[in-house]
Amino acid sequence: MLAVTVIGADRPGIVAEVTGALAAVEGNLEDSTMTLLRGQFAMVVLVRTGSPVAEVEQALARVSSQGGLAVDVRPVSAASPAAGAVQGSSYVVHVNGADRPGIVATITGVLARRGVNVVDLGTRLAGELYVLTAEVVVPLDVDVDELRAELDEAAGVVGVHVRLVAVETDEM
Amino acid sequence: MPELPPGSVRTVVRAPATVLATAGRDVDPTDPDVVALAADLLATQEVSPGCVGLAAQQVGEALRVFSVDVSGHPKTRSCHGRFVLCNAEVVSASRKGRGREGCMSVPDFTGDVQRARRLVVRGQLPVTGEQVELETDGFEAVCLQHEIDHTNGLLFLDRVSDAHAIHPRQTYL
Ligand SMILES: [Zn+2]
Repeated sequence: MLAVTVIGADRPGIVAEVTGALAAVEGNLEDSTMTLLRGQFAMVVLVRTGSPVAEVEQALARVSSQGGLAVDVRPVSAASPAAGAVQGSSYVVHVNGADRPGIVATITGVLARRGVNVVDLGTRLAGELYVLTAEVVVPLDVDVDELRAELDEAAGVVGVHVRLVAVETDEM
Repeated sequence: MPELPPGSVRTVVRAPATVLATAGRDVDPTDPDVVALAADLLATQEVSPGCVGLAAQQVGEALRVFSVDVSGHPKTRSCHGRFVLCNAEVVSASRKGRGREGCMSVPDFTGDVQRARRLVVRGQLPVTGEQVELETDGFEAVCLQHEIDHTNGLLFLDRVSDAHAIHPRQTYL
Protein backbone atom coordinates (compact mmCIF):
# COMPACT_ATOMS: atom_id res chain seq x y z
CA MET A 1 0.00 0.00 0.00
CA LEU A 2 1.23 3.50 -0.84
CA ALA A 3 0.21 6.75 0.80
CA VAL A 4 0.19 9.52 -1.79
CA THR A 5 -0.15 13.08 -0.57
CA VAL A 6 -0.57 15.97 -2.96
CA ILE A 7 -0.97 19.68 -2.34
CA GLY A 8 -1.08 22.62 -4.69
CA ALA A 9 -2.80 25.87 -5.57
CA ASP A 10 -6.36 24.96 -6.41
CA ARG A 11 -7.64 24.82 -9.98
CA PRO A 12 -9.96 22.46 -11.87
CA GLY A 13 -8.25 19.25 -12.99
CA ILE A 14 -5.96 18.38 -10.08
CA VAL A 15 -7.87 15.25 -9.05
CA ALA A 16 -8.19 14.06 -12.64
CA GLU A 17 -4.45 14.55 -13.29
CA VAL A 18 -3.28 12.80 -10.13
CA THR A 19 -5.74 9.91 -10.32
CA GLY A 20 -5.07 9.58 -14.06
CA ALA A 21 -1.35 9.17 -13.36
CA LEU A 22 -2.12 6.58 -10.67
CA ALA A 23 -4.47 4.67 -12.97
CA ALA A 24 -1.73 4.56 -15.61
CA VAL A 25 0.48 2.60 -13.20
CA GLU A 26 -2.39 0.25 -12.28
CA GLY A 27 -2.93 2.01 -8.99
CA ASN A 28 -6.20 1.21 -7.28
CA LEU A 29 -7.44 4.04 -5.07
CA GLU A 30 -8.74 2.87 -1.74
CA ASP A 31 -9.58 5.30 1.06
CA SER A 32 -8.84 8.92 0.32
CA THR A 33 -9.69 12.40 1.45
CA MET A 34 -9.39 15.48 -0.70
CA THR A 35 -10.32 18.96 0.35
CA LEU A 36 -9.83 22.62 -0.36
CA LEU A 37 -7.98 24.55 2.34
CA ARG A 38 -7.81 28.30 1.70
CA GLY A 39 -6.93 27.98 -1.96
CA GLN A 40 -4.68 24.97 -1.47
CA PHE A 41 -6.08 21.68 -2.65
CA ALA A 42 -4.89 18.78 -0.47
CA MET A 43 -5.18 15.07 -1.23
CA VAL A 44 -4.26 12.04 0.83
CA VAL A 45 -4.83 8.82 -1.06
CA LEU A 46 -4.14 5.20 -0.17
CA VAL A 47 -3.19 3.38 -3.33
CA ARG A 48 -2.78 -0.31 -3.91
CA THR A 49 -0.62 -1.22 -6.88
CA GLY A 50 1.65 -3.96 -8.13
CA SER A 51 3.92 -1.36 -9.72
CA PRO A 52 7.22 -0.50 -8.02
CA VAL A 53 7.27 2.68 -5.89
CA ALA A 54 9.79 4.25 -8.26
CA GLU A 55 7.39 3.84 -11.16
CA VAL A 56 4.57 5.48 -9.24
CA GLU A 57 6.87 8.33 -8.24
CA GLN A 58 7.94 8.80 -11.82
CA ALA A 59 4.35 8.89 -13.07
CA LEU A 60 3.46 11.47 -10.44
CA ALA A 61 6.64 13.51 -10.99
CA ARG A 62 5.35 14.46 -14.44
CA VAL A 63 2.02 15.60 -12.99
CA SER A 64 3.82 17.39 -10.22
CA SER A 65 6.17 19.43 -12.41
CA GLN A 66 3.58 20.23 -15.07
CA GLY A 67 0.80 20.95 -12.60
CA GLY A 68 2.71 22.80 -9.89
CA LEU A 69 1.84 20.23 -7.25
CA ALA A 70 3.87 19.00 -4.27
CA VAL A 71 3.67 15.22 -4.28
CA ASP A 72 4.89 12.67 -1.76
CA VAL A 73 4.73 8.88 -2.13
CA ARG A 74 5.51 6.52 0.69
CA PRO A 75 4.82 2.87 1.48
CA VAL A 76 2.56 2.26 4.46
CA SER A 77 1.46 -0.97 6.07
CA ALA A 78 -1.78 -2.25 4.60
CA ALA A 79 -3.73 -2.38 7.83
CA SER A 80 -7.38 -3.29 7.79
CA PRO A 81 -9.74 -0.37 8.47
CA ALA A 82 -10.49 -1.52 12.01
CA ALA A 83 -6.90 -2.27 13.05
CA GLY A 84 -5.62 -0.06 15.82
CA ALA A 85 -9.06 1.43 16.30
CA VAL A 86 -10.16 2.34 19.79
CA GLN A 87 -13.24 0.42 20.88
CA GLY A 88 -15.77 2.90 22.10
CA SER A 89 -18.53 5.32 21.24
CA SER A 90 -18.53 8.03 18.59
CA TYR A 91 -18.85 11.68 19.54
CA VAL A 92 -18.52 14.94 17.68
CA VAL A 93 -16.50 17.73 19.27
CA HIS A 94 -17.60 21.24 18.31
CA VAL A 95 -15.30 24.12 19.17
CA ASN A 96 -15.63 27.77 18.24
CA GLY A 97 -14.29 31.05 19.46
CA ALA A 98 -11.82 33.83 18.85
CA ASP A 99 -8.69 32.72 17.07
CA ARG A 100 -5.46 32.40 19.03
CA PRO A 101 -2.52 29.97 19.01
CA GLY A 102 -2.95 26.70 20.86
CA ILE A 103 -6.67 25.96 20.55
CA VAL A 104 -6.26 22.67 18.70
CA ALA A 105 -3.32 21.60 20.87
CA THR A 106 -5.23 22.35 24.05
CA ILE A 107 -8.43 20.55 23.07
CA THR A 108 -6.73 17.53 21.53
CA GLY A 109 -4.37 17.39 24.51
CA VAL A 110 -7.35 16.73 26.79
CA LEU A 111 -8.61 14.06 24.39
CA ALA A 112 -5.21 12.39 24.17
CA ARG A 113 -4.80 12.19 27.95
CA ARG A 114 -8.08 10.27 28.13
CA GLY A 115 -7.15 7.92 25.27
CA VAL A 116 -9.83 9.45 23.03
CA ASN A 117 -9.03 8.77 19.38
CA VAL A 118 -9.54 11.50 16.77
CA VAL A 119 -10.80 9.90 13.55
CA ASP A 120 -11.67 13.04 11.59
CA LEU A 121 -10.91 16.66 12.28
CA GLY A 122 -11.27 19.91 10.40
CA THR A 123 -10.64 23.51 11.32
CA ARG A 124 -11.66 26.73 9.60
CA LEU A 125 -10.66 30.31 10.21
CA ALA A 126 -12.78 33.21 8.97
CA GLY A 127 -11.77 36.64 10.21
CA GLU A 128 -11.42 36.26 13.95
CA LEU A 129 -13.69 33.24 14.21
CA TYR A 130 -12.01 29.88 14.63
CA VAL A 131 -14.08 26.72 14.23
CA LEU A 132 -13.03 23.13 14.91
CA THR A 133 -15.13 20.04 14.30
CA ALA A 134 -13.86 16.59 15.10
CA GLU A 135 -15.24 13.11 15.21
CA VAL A 136 -13.73 11.12 18.05
CA VAL A 137 -14.01 7.67 19.59
CA VAL A 138 -14.29 7.71 23.37
CA PRO A 139 -13.14 4.47 25.01
CA LEU A 140 -15.90 2.66 26.89
CA ASP A 141 -14.16 3.08 30.26
CA VAL A 142 -13.94 6.87 30.03
CA ASP A 143 -16.46 8.82 32.11
CA VAL A 144 -18.02 11.19 29.56
CA ASP A 145 -19.17 13.72 32.17
CA GLU A 146 -15.62 14.00 33.47
CA LEU A 147 -14.31 14.33 29.93
CA ARG A 148 -16.84 17.12 29.27
CA ALA A 149 -15.75 18.92 32.43
CA GLU A 150 -12.09 18.69 31.42
CA LEU A 151 -12.86 19.95 27.92
CA ASP A 152 -14.85 22.87 29.34
CA GLU A 153 -12.02 23.82 31.63
CA ALA A 154 -9.42 23.62 28.85
CA ALA A 155 -11.67 25.56 26.48
CA GLY A 156 -12.04 28.27 29.10
CA VAL A 157 -8.26 28.64 29.29
CA VAL A 158 -7.99 29.32 25.53
CA GLY A 159 -11.23 31.32 25.43
CA VAL A 160 -13.36 29.06 23.23
CA HIS A 161 -16.66 27.25 23.57
CA VAL A 162 -16.67 23.43 23.36
CA ARG A 163 -19.43 20.85 23.02
CA LEU A 164 -19.15 17.06 23.03
CA VAL A 165 -22.16 15.47 21.35
CA ALA A 166 -22.87 11.75 21.15
CA VAL A 167 -23.38 10.34 17.68
CA GLU A 168 -26.11 7.74 17.60
CA THR A 169 -26.44 5.43 14.67
CA ASP A 170 -29.94 4.31 13.79
CA GLU A 171 -29.81 0.78 12.46
CA MET A 172 -32.44 0.30 9.77
CA MET B 1 -52.25 -6.01 9.00
CA PRO B 2 -53.69 -9.26 7.49
CA GLU B 3 -52.35 -12.55 8.79
CA LEU B 4 -49.49 -13.99 6.74
CA PRO B 5 -48.36 -17.59 6.25
CA PRO B 6 -45.15 -18.57 8.11
CA GLY B 7 -42.14 -17.05 6.35
CA SER B 8 -38.65 -18.36 5.93
CA VAL B 9 -35.45 -16.57 6.79
CA ARG B 10 -33.64 -15.33 3.68
CA THR B 11 -30.03 -14.30 3.15
CA VAL B 12 -29.52 -10.54 3.32
CA VAL B 13 -27.75 -9.18 0.24
CA ARG B 14 -24.87 -6.74 0.64
CA ALA B 15 -23.71 -3.82 -1.49
CA PRO B 16 -22.46 -3.68 -4.21
CA ALA B 17 -25.05 -6.26 -5.30
CA THR B 18 -26.82 -4.92 -8.40
CA VAL B 19 -30.28 -5.68 -7.03
CA LEU B 20 -29.78 -3.06 -4.31
CA ALA B 21 -29.40 -0.41 -7.01
CA THR B 22 -32.41 -1.64 -9.02
CA ALA B 23 -35.73 0.16 -8.74
CA GLY B 24 -38.47 -2.27 -7.77
CA ARG B 25 -41.38 -3.27 -9.99
CA ASP B 26 -44.93 -2.70 -8.80
CA VAL B 27 -46.46 -5.83 -7.31
CA ASP B 28 -49.93 -7.33 -6.97
CA PRO B 29 -50.26 -7.52 -3.17
CA THR B 30 -52.73 -10.42 -3.45
CA ASP B 31 -50.31 -12.56 -5.51
CA PRO B 32 -49.31 -15.60 -3.37
CA ASP B 33 -45.63 -15.02 -4.27
CA VAL B 34 -45.84 -11.47 -2.95
CA VAL B 35 -47.59 -12.69 0.22
CA ALA B 36 -44.81 -15.27 0.68
CA LEU B 37 -42.19 -12.56 0.18
CA ALA B 38 -43.93 -10.36 2.78
CA ALA B 39 -43.80 -13.24 5.26
CA ASP B 40 -40.13 -13.88 4.46
CA LEU B 41 -39.24 -10.23 5.03
CA LEU B 42 -40.83 -10.27 8.47
CA ALA B 43 -39.23 -13.61 9.34
CA THR B 44 -35.80 -12.40 8.25
CA GLN B 45 -36.21 -9.09 10.05
CA GLU B 46 -37.17 -10.87 13.26
CA VAL B 47 -34.02 -12.98 13.41
CA SER B 48 -31.74 -10.02 12.64
CA PRO B 49 -30.74 -8.23 15.85
CA GLY B 50 -31.62 -4.53 15.85
CA CYS B 51 -33.25 -4.73 12.43
CA VAL B 52 -36.31 -2.47 12.19
CA GLY B 53 -37.01 -2.76 8.48
CA LEU B 54 -36.19 -4.85 5.45
CA ALA B 55 -36.90 -4.33 1.75
CA ALA B 56 -37.36 -6.89 -1.03
CA GLN B 57 -34.10 -5.70 -2.63
CA GLN B 58 -32.25 -6.80 0.51
CA VAL B 59 -33.34 -10.39 -0.01
CA GLY B 60 -32.49 -10.21 -3.70
CA GLU B 61 -35.76 -9.16 -5.36
CA ALA B 62 -36.29 -5.85 -7.15
CA LEU B 63 -39.89 -5.38 -6.06
CA ARG B 64 -41.79 -2.63 -4.25
CA VAL B 65 -42.32 -4.47 -0.96
CA PHE B 66 -40.84 -3.84 2.47
CA SER B 67 -41.41 -4.67 6.11
CA VAL B 68 -41.10 -2.39 9.14
CA ASP B 69 -41.29 -2.93 12.88
CA VAL B 70 -40.01 -0.20 15.15
CA SER B 71 -42.00 -1.30 18.19
CA GLY B 72 -39.73 -1.61 21.19
CA HIS B 73 -37.04 0.63 19.71
CA PRO B 74 -35.99 3.29 22.25
CA LYS B 75 -36.26 6.13 19.72
CA THR B 76 -39.75 5.26 18.53
CA ARG B 77 -42.52 7.83 18.92
CA SER B 78 -45.46 7.05 16.65
CA CYS B 79 -45.60 3.35 15.87
CA HIS B 80 -47.78 1.23 13.60
CA GLY B 81 -46.35 -2.05 14.84
CA ARG B 82 -45.20 -4.84 12.57
CA PHE B 83 -46.34 -4.50 8.97
CA VAL B 84 -45.55 -4.92 5.31
CA LEU B 85 -46.33 -2.36 2.62
CA CYS B 86 -46.50 -2.90 -1.12
CA ASN B 87 -46.11 -0.21 -3.79
CA ALA B 88 -45.55 2.41 -1.10
CA GLU B 89 -44.88 6.04 -1.84
CA VAL B 90 -44.34 9.20 0.16
CA VAL B 91 -47.40 11.46 0.09
CA SER B 92 -45.93 14.26 2.17
CA ALA B 93 -42.75 14.85 4.14
CA SER B 94 -41.73 17.69 6.40
CA ARG B 95 -39.56 18.71 9.37
CA LYS B 96 -36.22 17.59 8.05
CA GLY B 97 -33.61 16.45 10.49
CA ARG B 98 -30.16 14.94 10.12
CA GLY B 99 -29.26 11.59 11.62
CA ARG B 100 -26.72 8.83 11.19
CA GLU B 101 -27.99 5.60 9.64
CA GLY B 102 -26.74 2.09 9.28
CA CYS B 103 -28.06 -0.62 6.99
CA MET B 104 -27.70 -4.41 7.07
CA SER B 105 -26.83 -4.32 3.39
CA VAL B 106 -23.97 -1.85 3.94
CA PRO B 107 -22.35 -3.28 7.07
CA ASP B 108 -19.04 -1.43 6.92
CA PHE B 109 -20.32 2.15 6.76
CA THR B 110 -22.73 4.53 8.38
CA GLY B 111 -23.90 7.80 6.86
CA ASP B 112 -25.37 11.16 7.82
CA VAL B 113 -28.68 11.62 6.05
CA GLN B 114 -31.35 14.34 6.07
CA ARG B 115 -34.81 12.86 6.38
CA ALA B 116 -38.26 14.15 7.16
CA ARG B 117 -39.45 13.57 10.74
CA ARG B 118 -43.09 14.04 9.75
CA LEU B 119 -44.33 11.71 7.06
CA VAL B 120 -47.41 10.47 5.28
CA VAL B 121 -47.00 7.29 3.27
CA ARG B 122 -49.49 5.51 1.02
CA GLY B 123 -49.27 1.84 0.13
CA GLN B 124 -51.10 -1.46 -0.04
CA LEU B 125 -51.25 -4.27 2.48
CA PRO B 126 -50.30 -7.78 1.38
CA VAL B 127 -53.05 -10.43 1.05
CA THR B 128 -56.00 -8.02 0.77
CA GLY B 129 -54.38 -5.29 -1.29
CA GLU B 130 -56.15 -2.75 0.91
CA GLN B 131 -54.94 0.79 0.23
CA VAL B 132 -53.71 2.44 3.44
CA GLU B 133 -52.30 5.81 4.37
CA LEU B 134 -49.96 6.00 7.37
CA GLU B 135 -49.15 9.20 9.18
CA THR B 136 -46.10 8.95 11.39
CA ASP B 137 -43.14 10.83 12.86
CA GLY B 138 -39.70 10.42 14.36
CA PHE B 139 -37.89 7.13 14.07
CA GLU B 140 -40.66 5.29 12.22
CA ALA B 141 -40.77 8.10 9.65
CA VAL B 142 -37.01 7.81 9.08
CA CYS B 143 -37.26 4.04 8.82
CA LEU B 144 -40.08 4.19 6.26
CA GLN B 145 -38.09 6.58 4.07
CA HIS B 146 -35.05 4.31 4.29
CA GLU B 147 -37.12 1.28 3.21
CA ILE B 148 -39.01 3.12 0.46
CA ASP B 149 -35.61 4.22 -0.83
CA HIS B 150 -34.53 0.56 -0.98
CA THR B 151 -37.62 -0.29 -3.07
CA ASN B 152 -36.59 2.51 -5.45
CA GLY B 153 -33.03 1.14 -5.70
CA LEU B 154 -31.48 3.75 -3.41
CA LEU B 155 -29.19 3.23 -0.41
CA PHE B 156 -28.38 5.75 2.32
CA LEU B 157 -25.07 6.11 0.46
CA ASP B 158 -27.05 7.86 -2.29
CA ARG B 159 -28.52 10.32 0.21
CA VAL B 160 -25.63 11.44 2.41
CA SER B 161 -25.49 15.15 3.02
CA ASP B 162 -21.86 15.94 2.13
CA ALA B 163 -18.49 14.53 1.14
CA HIS B 164 -17.55 13.79 4.76
CA ALA B 165 -20.83 12.11 5.67
CA ILE B 166 -19.87 8.47 5.15
CA HIS B 167 -18.09 6.91 8.09
CA PRO B 168 -16.37 3.59 8.65
CA ARG B 169 -18.17 1.72 11.38
CA GLN B 170 -16.55 2.08 14.80
CA THR B 171 -18.13 -0.96 16.34
CA TYR B 172 -19.40 -3.94 14.48
CA LEU B 173 -22.91 -5.30 14.86
ZN1 LIG C 1 -31.26 -0.61 4.61
